[in-house]
Amino acid sequence: MQKEVMFAGFGGQGILLIGDILAHAGMEAGFEVAWIPSYGPEMRGGTAYCLVVISDRAIGSPVIRNPLHLIAMNRPSLEKFAPLVKPNGVVVINSSLISINAGRDDVDELLIPANDIAQEAGSVKAANIVALAAFVARSKIVDFDLLRECVKKHFAGREKLIPINMEALEQGRKAALGTGK
Amino acid sequence: MGRILMKGNEAIGEAAIRAGCLNYFAYPITPQSEVAEYLSRRMPEVGGVFLQGESEVAVGYMIFGAAGCGARVFTTSSSPGISLMSEALSYISGAECPAVFVNIMRGGPGLGGILPSQADYFQATKGGGHGDYRLLVMAPAGVQEAVEMVMKAFPLAEKYRNPVMILGDGLIGQMMEPVEFPDELKSEPSNNDDWATSGMETRKSSRRNLVKSLFLDSEQLEAHNRVLKAKYDRMRREEVRYEPYNLEADYKALIVSYGTMSRVCRTAVDILKVEGFEVGMVRPQTLFPFPEKAIEEAVRRESCKVAVSIEMSMGQMVEDVERSVRGRCPVEWFGKSGGDVPTPEEVIDAVKSFVKELI
Repeated sequence: MQKEVMFAGFGGQGILLIGDILAHAGMEAGFEVAWIPSYGPEMRGGTAYCLVVISDRAIGSPVIRNPLHLIAMNRPSLEKFAPLVKPNGVVVINSSLISINAGRDDVDELLIPANDIAQEAGSVKAANIVALAAFVARSKIVDFDLLRECVKKHFAGREKLIPINMEALEQGRKAALGTGK
Repeated sequence: MGRILMKGNEAIGEAAIRAGCLNYFAYPITPQSEVAEYLSRRMPEVGGVFLQGESEVAVGYMIFGAAGCGARVFTTSSSPGISLMSEALSYISGAECPAVFVNIMRGGPGLGGILPSQADYFQATKGGGHGDYRLLVMAPAGVQEAVEMVMKAFPLAEKYRNPVMILGDGLIGQMMEPVEFPDELKSEPSNNDDWATSGMETRKSSRRNLVKSLFLDSEQLEAHNRVLKAKYDRMRREEVRYEPYNLEADYKALIVSYGTMSRVCRTAVDILKVEGFEVGMVRPQTLFPFPEKAIEEAVRRESCKVAVSIEMSMGQMVEDVERSVRGRCPVEWFGKSGGDVPTPEEVIDAVKSFVKELI
């Protein structure tokens, strides 16, 4: 069973970072993983995306036209990648910045105001963590406690950032489960 | 030690250290720069040397100098940088010094682009620099294999006193995958007292060692080139490595593909198998020496109608595939070289169209 997750947004939104954290979590859960960044001639403020492949066997092609899931942090990313998502995939839309929907009736669409939630949790910079948490909570692609550990590990050495990110994780999870505000 | 998630470029740098190489000279170039970035931090930590040359030409000769003195040494670059090092590669080969070169290929010719490519196949396997020399060329298809090939490259370079090249593409350098560094691949530098200019006092010798590639006398140069040829022939006998895939099936077509491209082809083979369309694959892990015999044997299968070289170039390895097939079946090429890696779907369409033409 192979699952592909596309993370996309503006440069600076921490897109590559949340892909990295999910890939780590997948590896810790015992899966084969690959993290493939976009490294084209991108401009600052331009689009950034990365693909994470999680599989229970050796990963073949790292080039994937149709990912199973999408986390879109800005509108151009949603417009570009939403049509490519496989049916029944999870599409997380950062509704703080995106005023449209995926335009698909065959995917599991999740509107998460990630920037607003992150702001309330302490820093708008944690919007990526909010979106990641919402995605993992909804897709159950890895165990949520494992994700929490991987986020902590990522911020080891910058201890003061951990409480904000833990709060962002928790609020993202609640938003996905519909038990938040 | 468990698996760690690492970017290909960083893993390549770490692998060299774990293999026992503490001398690294380089010049930054996308998509390889992370090796230099990583080692600029790591080499001082382990008591090694990282020196950024003023250009790749300079780096090539830093490698020659260090190798000639008997130091274990390596460099990394990407296509245009390897072109600049090619003169030194010729001299190092001529002077029979061991060294490891890593090329994380990007699109060309000229400045080309920065995305993945395999368009330096000719440069790596047929020369690049001048003269009758060969590099032992290994092509990894993933980050773990890149680590293992880098670690194996040093003792191989010393076994043959010849440069070894690791030929990866931009995706191998940029992708993160879980890796382990096998302790058993750590090696001690071989004794080089009989040839390296490491200092007569150091090696307690009264014999002068001379490292050179100049032989003005025709008989001497002829003899020297015979020695080199014997080495390359020995590589052909002893160092061929390849991975067969789905060769137990009655395949209609044989794919030959290496590196990142071979992973895409593996997925294509799997998808086609589900459809009942059998395709076999030989994945060269060494590009020189090339797995000629394995390919020739594979196309002898009764069901096999065509051999297809699939590569991220406009048709380079296909010439070696044609040579290996020896006219036993038609040989086709499919590829792209602008920087977009072909998808499994594109590979499937190409292979199907070649088989269809023949029925």
